[in-house]
Amino acid sequence: MLEEIYLGISSNKVRSGLTMLGIVIGIASVIAMLSVGQGAKASIEANIQSIGSNLLLVMPGAQRGAGSFVSSGRGSAQSLTVEDADALMTIAGVMAVAPESSRRYQVTAKGNNTNTQVIGTNQAYLSVRNVAIDTGSFFTAQQITSRSKVAVLGPTTRDDLFGVDANAIGEKIRINGMNFTVIGLTVAKGGSGMSNQDDAIYIPVSTMQTFLSGSESVSTISVQAQDQASMAEAQVAITNTLLTRHKISSPDQADFNVMNQSDLATAASSVTNTLSLLLASIAGISLLVGGIGIMNMMLTTVTERTREIGLRQAIGAEKAEIVWQFLGEAVLVTLLGGLIGMLIGYGASKAISTFAGMNTSVAWSSVALAVGVSASIGLVFGFYPARRAAKLNPIQALRYE
Amino acid sequence: MIEVRDLVKEYINGKEKTRVLRGVSFGIKKGEFVAIMGPSGSGKSTLMHILGALDTPTSGVYQLEGQDVSKLETDELARIRKAKIGFVFQAFHLLPRATVLRNVALPLIYAGVAREEREKRAKEALLSAGLDESRHLHLSNQLSGGQMQRVAIARALVNDPAIILADEPTGNLDSKTGDLVLETFQNLHTQGRTVILITHEPYVADHADRVLVIKDGELVEDRDNSQKNQKQYESR
Repeated sequence: MLEEIYLGISSNKVRSGLTMLGIVIGIASVIAMLSVGQGAKASIEANIQSIGSNLLLVMPGAQRGAGSFVSSGRGSAQSLTVEDADALMTIAGVMAVAPESSRRYQVTAKGNNTNTQVIGTNQAYLSVRNVAIDTGSFFTAQQITSRSKVAVLGPTTRDDLFGVDANAIGEKIRINGMNFTVIGLTVAKGGSGMSNQDDAIYIPVSTMQTFLSGSESVSTISVQAQDQASMAEAQVAITNTLLTRHKISSPDQADFNVMNQSDLATAASSVTNTLSLLLASIAGISLLVGGIGIMNMMLTTVTERTREIGLRQAIGAEKAEIVWQFLGEAVLVTLLGGLIGMLIGYGASKAISTFAGMNTSVAWSSVALAVGVSASIGLVFGFYPARRAAKLNPIQALRYE
Repeated sequence: MIEVRDLVKEYINGKEKTRVLRGVSFGIKKGEFVAIMGPSGSGKSTLMHILGALDTPTSGVYQLEGQDVSKLETDELARIRKAKIGFVFQAFHLLPRATVLRNVALPLIYAGVAREEREKRAKEALLSAGLDESRHLHLSNQLSGGQMQRVAIARALVNDPAIILADEPTGNLDSKTGDLVLETFQNLHTQGRTVILITHEPYVADHADRVLVIKDGELVEDRDNSQKNQKQYESR
């Protein structure tokens, strides 16, 4: 029976091939689109995870004069200080607090120079922001107190200043004209974009404030909660502590914002889910068109092969056997189309990630989906033509010209 | 083998009723070579459809090997055709892009015969129909008309059916190849098969041992032709 089905299709290769093309394009675009969506989702999730875990970010809010309604914009206030960060340590459920004062500077070493992010922070930064030391060491609490001019480099910055994979420990670098000694290198995290933790220089926050920024304020305070469950509680406690310290009575007037990492993750994943759905539904429409193509081809085939159907009936084929013959042909065309489309879609997603630099990932679920969908398109759109074939009257079918 | 009693077939076309068969009765024994002859419109094709279990009569009885076939459903008729009837058509009805062997083996697929057994039986049937092995793997549309019809005959034989029904088997052939095909039927008859030939040509009908003449839906003549055939053989 399978052989019969195969021969039925192969007897008109051009038409079967063209019809198959509709399904190939449909499935390939579903796979490619889903892979783009999945990839975007995965890379956004990885980015959010790489910030740290159970993280709350305290950012400066808008600066307001007393009683004034003039706002100079969010993040402009210089309201957060290292002392604020220390105060947050006392809150129950808070495990670690890392203040950050960061700014971009021109950095030189051995005649190389680069412009990079210099982050002044404390020793808690490693655990809070999920950064690990590769070689050397991070600075100690002692070095923070003594305002030591020591620096820990991200791997990208090291590559830029000393050459790829060079050992930079003990070397001198100049940040904004000031000498620093390199004492450690961080492990590459593979981030990208504005907040690339590989392209950064870490120095003690006290050194940053005294010698570089000249300001008491910090740009962010990162707070790590003990676990997922204590985050909401910690968020409230942080808000209250800072309101008290800043002598602000109403939360509406707060000169800072507390952001919860899981809020970020939820928002980002809802965006990517919508994106995935949109892409998949565009691809789904092309699949529907492919399915209609199948139905069209099968109806033509049934008409064209009326005499053959009559003969098959005359030599004893029962209704179900005729139905299976034509349904089988439709499913075989769509299934083959689905498999080819899957390969092309996989290739396309690889090409997108290579040439467009976008992350893509082909999930097994979308492969299973493609195969299942293509087979069911064959079943759904092949059923009506197959039924029509089985309902033919053998006498009339044999006489059909 | 075949028992037909008071066979009536009516077609209703709008309000008009057309009686194509008006009470036909006859019997055919196993191993007979019978021709059903009549001009076009006589009802012989309708009779063939009923005998071939492609259609059922409006009234009357048709018994094939003791089984009443006159009141069966579509799929039951298909099973009768699968097991007991081999068709040979005027237009051959071969699958064009398939090999000779596959065309002949086609009925066995629906009979659920295993692949190797199918090939073996198809080869045997082709040999009885007079086509040697050299052509078994040709595509059927590469054959001549006479060869095509012999492939069709082999296909009709392959299921070892109770009756072989041939509907104007020489209609699309020139007289020379037509004779060859008719000779093939005579050979099958001598091998003990029951052959029913439907034709409008007296010349073709004369090859059979018995001729049933149908006219206006009635059986008007049932003639024994074996003597004449005997003479034909002798005169050669």
